[in-house]
Amino acid sequence: MRFDVAAYKLRTPQSVQEALAWMAAEPGALRPLAGGTDLMVLLAAGKLPGGQFVNLWPLRELRTIEVTSDSVTLGALTTYSDVQAHPVLQQEFPMLVEAARQTGGWAIQNRGTLGGNIGNASPAADSPPALLCYDAELELRSAQGSRWLPYHGFHTGYRQTLLRPDEIIARLRLPRRRGQRLHCYRKVGPRQAQAISKVCFAGCADLEDGRLVSVRIALGGVAPTVVRCPETEHILAAATSPAALDEAAARASLSRQMAPIDDIRSTARYRRRVAENLLGQFVAVLRLHPGWATP
Amino acid sequence: MPLVGTPVPRLEAPDKVTGAACYVDDFALPGMIYGVTVRSPGPRGRIRRIRLGDGIPWEEITVVTARDIPGDNVVALINDDQPCLAAEVYNHAEEAVVLLAHRDRALLERARRQVHLDVEPLPPVLTIDDALAAREVIWGTDNIIKSYLVEQGDVEAALREADLVVQGEYETGAQEHLYIEPNGMVAVATPEDGVTVWGSLQCPYYVQKALMRLFRLPPERTRVVQLETGGGFGGKEDYPSMIAAHAALLSWKAGGVPVKIVYDRTEDMLATTKRHPSRTRHRTGLRRDGTLVALDIDFVIDGGAYSTLSQVVLSRGTIHAAGPYRCDNVRIRGRAVATNTPPRGAFRGFGAPQSLFALERHLDVVARAAGLPPEELRRRNFIRRGERLAVGQQVRDGVDLPALLERALQVSGWTERKNRFRQENQRGTIRRGLGLSCFLHGTGFTGSGESHLASTVALEGTAEGRVRVLTSSTEIGQGTNTIFSQIAADALGVGGEIIEVPRPDTAAVPDSGPTVASRTCTIVGKLIETAALSLRQQLLEEGLLPLPYTTGDFQAACAAYVRQRGALRATARYQPPPGIHWDEVRFRGDAYGAYSWAVYVAQVRVDLCTYQAQVEEFWTVQEVGRVVNPTLAAGQIEGGVAQAIGWALYEHVAWQEGRMANCRMTDYIIPTTMDIPPIHVWFEEAPYPYGAFGAKGLGELPMDGPAPAILNAIHDALGVSICRVPATPEVIYDALSREEALV
Repeated sequence: MRFDVAAYKLRTPQSVQEALAWMAAEPGALRPLAGGTDLMVLLAAGKLPGGQFVNLWPLRELRTIEVTSDSVTLGALTTYSDVQAHPVLQQEFPMLVEAARQTGGWAIQNRGTLGGNIGNASPAADSPPALLCYDAELELRSAQGSRWLPYHGFHTGYRQTLLRPDEIIARLRLPRRRGQRLHCYRKVGPRQAQAISKVCFAGCADLEDGRLVSVRIALGGVAPTVVRCPETEHILAAATSPAALDEAAARASLSRQMAPIDDIRSTARYRRRVAENLLGQFVAVLRLHPGWATP
Repeated sequence: MPLVGTPVPRLEAPDKVTGAACYVDDFALPGMIYGVTVRSPGPRGRIRRIRLGDGIPWEEITVVTARDIPGDNVVALINDDQPCLAAEVYNHAEEAVVLLAHRDRALLERARRQVHLDVEPLPPVLTIDDALAAREVIWGTDNIIKSYLVEQGDVEAALREADLVVQGEYETGAQEHLYIEPNGMVAVATPEDGVTVWGSLQCPYYVQKALMRLFRLPPERTRVVQLETGGGFGGKEDYPSMIAAHAALLSWKAGGVPVKIVYDRTEDMLATTKRHPSRTRHRTGLRRDGTLVALDIDFVIDGGAYSTLSQVVLSRGTIHAAGPYRCDNVRIRGRAVATNTPPRGAFRGFGAPQSLFALERHLDVVARAAGLPPEELRRRNFIRRGERLAVGQQVRDGVDLPALLERALQVSGWTERKNRFRQENQRGTIRRGLGLSCFLHGTGFTGSGESHLASTVALEGTAEGRVRVLTSSTEIGQGTNTIFSQIAADALGVGGEIIEVPRPDTAAVPDSGPTVASRTCTIVGKLIETAALSLRQQLLEEGLLPLPYTTGDFQAACAAYVRQRGALRATARYQPPPGIHWDEVRFRGDAYGAYSWAVYVAQVRVDLCTYQAQVEEFWTVQEVGRVVNPTLAAGQIEGGVAQAIGWALYEHVAWQEGRMANCRMTDYIIPTTMDIPPIHVWFEEAPYPYGAFGAKGLGELPMDGPAPAILNAIHDALGVSICRVPATPEVIYDALSREEALV
């Protein structure tokens, strides 16, 4: 046993309000615990610093999925299992569903939450690249009120975020989009299941009236944070026909937006090359999309 | 109804499935406290001082260092070079230095972090090349733990005269056993009553031998009891002696209080043994027609900081290095070297998977160079009955390797699939290939090992009319108890329900040798068969058993014997099969009583987007003598193939300064069921007269063949030769990009 359970105090609030009040009273002293799938790993490894934790898991109000005509709003405690089961997410946000399906096994999927995944801020997390492509927004809530931020930009450095010590991630909002959308998600881990990503690619493209109107690309595992790749998006979005998709330029630009490292899980050169190959697959699928205007 | 040859269900399965089985972590004694281990900080250094930090009630904690050892500070095994606790120097990362015990595990963990080792680091030797260069000498005079030379004919002359000479270099990595249950022991030890340990282990008498030396105790006061054991694969062959010693030292110092040490997964990965990494160089000479005329093999394994079982791993690896082929001129130089890494130990296959990987991978390279299909090169060189292996052993069993190969090619649809893949590989980003390997595995201990062991088993008839099979062979998940009861029941001519196989306890069972080397069914099983016949004979001679008899008649006879004459007991002791001779000095002769033979075929898919190779289907054809229990035997093959797929493609031990950096299951990647393909198992049965009911060894065989078959399939798929395992996507990508750079 590598930890001393007496070093940890877990406080369970009756409501979000109570949790936020505790966090306001002792700024920085309480760390939020959602599904615990990351914290428990650290605990067992003897690497979780002792202290107080606020147990958000029982707060049902943070585990809702609301669908309106323009958005889907997900409580931060929405689990990977919840994501997979939701028909609107299946239909309109398949990359998020796929990411949820490929995260851990069933036990993890029943406990792991989207809010926890974002808050844990691992650059190798599976859902964030999909969320970045879908222009997710985050609601951060404290005793003083709530603020909505675009998810893009929330991660400011390795394991660093814009979350203040008195705030929790309360909800995520995904804008809905009608029309033809291509989704392309691929996680590359060291085995077929129960694996941490080496590289994770999410890309989507919107076509309107036979023309490409927007492209979004995000990567996990290749930089200190998950990254959006605007330069590559612009290169591809400029194409007016499938033949005009400049794969070589897109690959070259992608490389500039990555900063992969060698670590115990993989090598920088492998991550760089596979990310480019995944982009190549995305371009190939985009070329074949039926939404292009026939010349 | 005979039981041998039938799929009798595993005897211990209900307890395991319902949770009733008692593993060491479940086992408790009154007043038991816990032990933990303080370990060395780096790969090599001198220990200047041990400081106990502040804020810990040290007076409550039992603290043991090397000075507290009553006998010799060694883990007795072969060379006795490994200390139980490092005293002045440490020779690998995570070497045990200080032991602590207390009832409060949280306090114990705080205390562990407050033991400070003041050390002076010394330059470490971390690779095979560093060890051979011997700029730093860390073992003996030249870092070489052991070397062997197998020589026949004139290799240099044959290479000069050969039409074609092909060279290659092959490497294999370390591998973690990853048994489900980590190592653990409970001990009670006092000067008055001696030492008793209970735990997870493969070889009770190895542990006993180590404890006797450490405590200077006679065998009758050193008792080792196996508990339910959740897997071993060789990882519980030598290491349990270490952890048992630690628990016993703590109990001894604590005045006989029971002490439990159970490692968590991380400590188990960091501190316990691994498969020996290896490097093999081949120079092969052949005639234009593909006949092998010279095999020059240089086989080096990395034994880690202490010798443990390295010399015997080396001997098996060396003997298997020339494979199942006939060649007049062979030279195999085998060396085991020391490095400042945690000692490597036994692991399923025991050196043979390493040297056979090199050979079988190399032969595909040779076949390409010779312009022959890989199966044809092998077919032309297979050893046949009556011919001699490289160590001079004449093959006597009824092996028909060409027939095994034909069967493997036929069941795998070799030709049809190869043609199809050649077409399909022209487009898309998926490449498929087929690869095969042909190999053998010697049953039982190498050379004179079995004669030295002189294993003994006993069968006992009870007053209740039951028969107890007494051996030190352990059930570790492979089905020992089940096959023993099948063998005993059939030899006695009774139903299996009257057979009991008690769990080994050195106070109650004879030494039937360690549970290793694919010897349990063949060799110990044969002793059970012999003892059973003798027990039955006793009853017949006393006129207590009618002929024919029922199980009920037998039970009545047993009970009557015990009532009238006292104990009913029969023993059997190992005798080598006639005509077996091994010359340890010249390293020549009959290396094993028998060999099992196999041809395996792998179908592999490589994704050119991710460079991940995946095994899609796997075919195994093997000749293993009589199959005692077809379900358990197939399970051994399937499990072994799965473990070997892990070694071939996934399991990379990331060493950093001689320490396993990826010491968690999150980062040390073993395949899941999602990565394991359908595995087809075919047995050919040529009964071996000196194995139980004709059985030969099969537990290790399936570890030998998959890695080369898989890498040969990758070669077939990509046209790129990869010469090391694990062939992770990073390795495949690097090999492909080197190829691209050349184009």
